Amino acid sequence: MIVGRRETWIGKLLLVLLMAVTLMPFLSLFVTALHPSGSYPSGLEWPRDPQWGNFVRAFEAARMIELVKSSTLIVLGVVPVALLLGTLAGFAIGHLRMAGRNAVFLLFVLGLTLPFEGIITPLYYQVRDMGLLNTRWAIILPLIGLYMPFAVFWMRAHFVNMPDALSESARMDGANVWQLFWRIHVPLAMPALSSLAILLFLWTWNQFLLAIVLVDDPLKRTMSGALGAFQGQWGTDMPLLCAGSLLILTPTLVIFLIFQRRFVTALLQGSLKG
Amino acid sequence: MTRPTPDSAVDSQATRTGPAAVTSKRSPAHAAGLRTPSWVGWLFVAPALGVYAVFVLRPIALTVQYSLYRWDGIGPSTWAGLGNYVRVFTDPDLFASILNAIKLIVFFSVIPVVLGLAIASTIRRIAASRLALVARTVLFLPQVIPLVAAGIAWSWLMSSTGLVNQLLTYAGLGGVARAWLGDFSTALPAVGVIGAWVLLGLCTILLLSGMSKIDAALYEAARMDGAGPLREFVSITVPSLRQEIGVCVTVTVIAALASFDIVYVSTQGGPGNATMVPGLEIYYLAFSERQVGMASALAVVLMLLVILVALPIQWLTKDRSS
Repeated sequence: MIVGRRETWIGKLLLVLLMAVTLMPFLSLFVTALHPSGSYPSGLEWPRDPQWGNFVRAFEAARMIELVKSSTLIVLGVVPVALLLGTLAGFAIGHLRMAGRNAVFLLFVLGLTLPFEGIITPLYYQVRDMGLLNTRWAIILPLIGLYMPFAVFWMRAHFVNMPDALSESARMDGANVWQLFWRIHVPLAMPALSSLAILLFLWTWNQFLLAIVLVDDPLKRTMSGALGAFQGQWGTDMPLLCAGSLLILTPTLVIFLIFQRRFVTALLQGSLKG
Repeated sequence: MTRPTPDSAVDSQATRTGPAAVTSKRSPAHAAGLRTPSWVGWLFVAPALGVYAVFVLRPIALTVQYSLYRWDGIGPSTWAGLGNYVRVFTDPDLFASILNAIKLIVFFSVIPVVLGLAIASTIRRIAASRLALVARTVLFLPQVIPLVAAGIAWSWLMSSTGLVNQLLTYAGLGGVARAWLGDFSTALPAVGVIGAWVLLGLCTILLLSGMSKIDAALYEAARMDGAGPLREFVSITVPSLRQEIGVCVTVTVIAALASFDIVYVSTQGGPGNATMVPGLEIYYLAFSERQVGMASALAVVLMLLVILVALPIQWLTKDRSS
């Protein structure tokens, strides 16, 4: 196909412009972070004497190591369990197709659009009564529940397309239901599972509302929640706040850049299915 | 990992009683070859349903229950009937928060979808180039970072000495420069711009990937018939992207109605109540002002609003059953 040269150039120009707008906030954070702590730099202005030490100070002030540890613990508590429960339920609804599956599926689907703010108030009292307030469990347990609609929806979509013949022949060979699930269907579901894992990781790591409502100690929160506390504490010291924000962004960015292709595919599929 | 024991028990019993007898009553299309009694399926669903019931369904029911009472969260509660709901719709501040969320839809949905369509169709032809591949990664960054970080970065950009004002001054528009998030008339649009920034990349790439599935022959045929780019866009691109547009609209409208993180970080609902949204209002009512009943009534309204908006979009744009 012959492509107009002018159209190509307009397209490229637009793309570069769009990337520039996307990157502008990051650039601004970076440049500001290099200004002397406590100063109020104007706009995008390279400092005369870049203060690289701000990153070290922010690293200590935000207690980054503990933050990463806390977020990692929360992710490890949420993602594997949510994957397992979602896969079990998705397998039953999509493949075992027991009676009443449509009703239970509808029940899950209704939760797909639920804004977390809608249930945060009773969740607070419930978590308090369970004695879990200010522990990481206060974030982990509700998140597993809140992810169920999407996890079940996602895994059902995968299992619904698996041919019955596969299961039939496995059953002929004497596999019981658990073996059929664990030895045959779970390994085949790996692409769907890994995309789901990426999405759940991202949503957990960036979870803000549950963190600020249910956990007071920033060191027991998710990254996002800790950043909220950091802003409250250092909000008047722009360079330090910018350095801290960049540091808190870094782990996600690194993981994103390593797994970028999987991320993009997962996010695209995720929004297409959701 | 807690399930193996019950399941192996299930299975040994199933083999003993002859599952064929159980399934034979049902139509062969249903569970023909799987020979699994229904309750085995329910055992698989049970753990997911359990956590969902405890941490989502029960809180939803409690929200509805709380919304019918006046309660400060500590002392005894008194029955309020629908009084809290009446106030949600008559109290100017509370109702304004709902209106603000609806206004945010313009920025969170309309701008990303319309602009995304325009950009995607312009760069469609170079979608396979190296530049476009780099762009795919870059444009996804706002989706990956916490919204809180986006809020902090943009509050700084739009502050009185920020980059936005600097650029305006360079462009000779120094007169309109201001603290965008602190000005009553511009705070809400400024919050909207942050949302648009977060969602534009996602929409663009989603629409672009949809466009790559459109048959190129359609465009060639249109060119032969003398159609210009605009005509192509209206007659081929938009109709073929029905599903993708539906997804973009749904995701972004929900993001607008249920916005919390960005507003919390950039304006806290201020100045005054200029950027108050339902999510933030619920948070303040429940945890600062101790009006749990009011907070819950607003929460119920918000949940219903999201469903009422999301469902029709889904139905309108879903052409084939998936």
